[in-house]
Amino acid sequence: MVNATRFRAAHEADWERLDKIVTAIEKRGVRGVPEQALLVLPVLYRSTLSSLSVARETSLDKSLVAYLEQLCTRAYFQIYGVPTSPMRQLGHFFARSWPKAVQSLWKETLVAFILTAAGAIVAYLLVRNNPSWFYILFPDGMAQGRDPTASAQLLKSTIYDGGKDSQQSALAFFATFLFTHNAQISIFSFALGFAFCIPTAGLIVYNGLMLGALVEVFAAKGLAYGFIGWLMIHGTTELFAIMISGAAGFRIGLALAFPGRKSRADAAVAAGRSAATAMGGTVVMLAVAGLLEGIGRQTITSDTARYTIGIAMLLGWFLYFYWPRRDDGATA
Amino acid sequence: MARPRKPHPATALRRSFVTPEGVDLKIELSTAGARAGAFMLDLLMMLAILAVATIVIGATAIATESVLLGGLWLIGFFFLRNGWFALFEMGGRGATPGKRIIGLRVVARDGSRLTGGAVIARNAMREIEFFLPMTFFFSTIAESGTDKMISILALIWSGIFLFFPLFNRDRLRVGDLLAGTWVVQRAKVKLGQDIVASLAQSDQPRRTFSDHALSLYGEYELQTLEEVLRLADNDSLVTVAAAIRRKADLPDDGDDYGFLSDYYAALCARLERQMMVGLRRADKYSEASRERAA
Repeated sequence: MVNATRFRAAHEADWERLDKIVTAIEKRGVRGVPEQALLVLPVLYRSTLSSLSVARETSLDKSLVAYLEQLCTRAYFQIYGVPTSPMRQLGHFFARSWPKAVQSLWKETLVAFILTAAGAIVAYLLVRNNPSWFYILFPDGMAQGRDPTASAQLLKSTIYDGGKDSQQSALAFFATFLFTHNAQISIFSFALGFAFCIPTAGLIVYNGLMLGALVEVFAAKGLAYGFIGWLMIHGTTELFAIMISGAAGFRIGLALAFPGRKSRADAAVAAGRSAATAMGGTVVMLAVAGLLEGIGRQTITSDTARYTIGIAMLLGWFLYFYWPRRDDGATA
Repeated sequence: MARPRKPHPATALRRSFVTPEGVDLKIELSTAGARAGAFMLDLLMMLAILAVATIVIGATAIATESVLLGGLWLIGFFFLRNGWFALFEMGGRGATPGKRIIGLRVVARDGSRLTGGAVIARNAMREIEFFLPMTFFFSTIAESGTDKMISILALIWSGIFLFFPLFNRDRLRVGDLLAGTWVVQRAKVKLGQDIVASLAQSDQPRRTFSDHALSLYGEYELQTLEEVLRLADNDSLVTVAAAIRRKADLPDDGDDYGFLSDYYAALCARLERQMMVGLRRADKYSEASRERAA
């Protein structure tokens, strides 16, 4: 009898047991497997792993080595590769990974803020000097009549009477539309950062330009205070979210352009993972902004209440993101 | 003497993958074709879900005249487009339904846990790799070719991203590059029968071979012989048996399978004995020699 046969006879039962447990986990997930089996899983995995090492050195049976290789790989992914339960992942995301990822992007977020503000100021000045700039910045139809030719009356009605002529359900639809639209923009500004930041910077500046142009239209009719309140109630959340996703894009572009001491691929991976975590969270922020915009903005018409809510939201996000946290070493 | 054996194309996608225990598992990366197939399956499933949902929601919306359902559809579309890949890959199987059918799985390149951040990163990049150019392409077609330049640019753009996996040896998509992931084949191999042991159980008299007959081959030939025996394809059995008999000057006794399995068992025993004293013989061109330190 050759050695391989004796070796096989001695260990085959263990391998089969491991195979059974791993197959069950692959089919039904961790919860579909009895606890007893989960407890012996690492033990069986290690003994099979050592069987593999032995087989590679002493056995000439090719199918035996191939079998042990795939069995160990499958077991490895069940033991090391699988993330924790979705609920715990979600909890960890909101408690640590997301705010920490946003915190680490603070420089890029500041740049995104400066770009937005610069865009807004430039557009404001341009439109004030020559209103025809407005039509260049806003594609046809997007302003919905809120352009420099509109009367003060009409402009006033857009910021205070929005809720009167439309049903509540139409508002909800509008809010959903804005949410999905903005979330898609947020994903793009992350992904486009890949092209060395340039498209992302363009998106962020353009966002600022539209903001500034619109503010000027209302300011020219003496409605600046009311308009900014109308904007603030959801805008603080929404603009902050877009700046964060822009910052996420910048982080990737910078890592690719200036990888520093790491290799370019390693730098991209490190930046990509943390920036993606920050960006993923902005979808939640934009959902909140959508709710505020679709429902809150049209039903709350007092300027003071709008300013209060807008500023409170901003402060809330600031505290949540930048409140110093203990470093536990766990990152996403 | 020149080696006629080239590296097998099937092993070109094998990568070493060392576990924390220090054992190299040698995983097999997915081919670009398998990945494209899995993506197509996912797209088809998403389209089917979208079509059914659109019909159901549309019919209900017409019946109830509610705008709210439109919002539901939008949210559903958003989550289908952005959530399908990310949510499935964050689950325990690390694979979308399409990847599961093809037998693939997403794995972190460094062998660590697949984190949510990595999954989001690799799938957010899919937006600019595939969905953005497709949207441009179809919207310009819908506008009856008002801007041909944009659709051509979109095609070039998506071409660069679509064929990106073919231009790097690990078959990485741009999203994989950024997220530090790769896609591996989820092999499932059954343990083959032990040829030597099953032979020992049978009562038939065993053939014996001379030292000359057994010194013809090395490990590579032994394992090729193992494959031939496991497949048990009649034509190759005849060919291989004839070749061995000719080289070893043995008479044909009419039982190719029996002859080959006996020869396999005898050669296996001989090579194993040599291995025990530290002598390995890789193939028929080499002499048995001490192993070099790995």
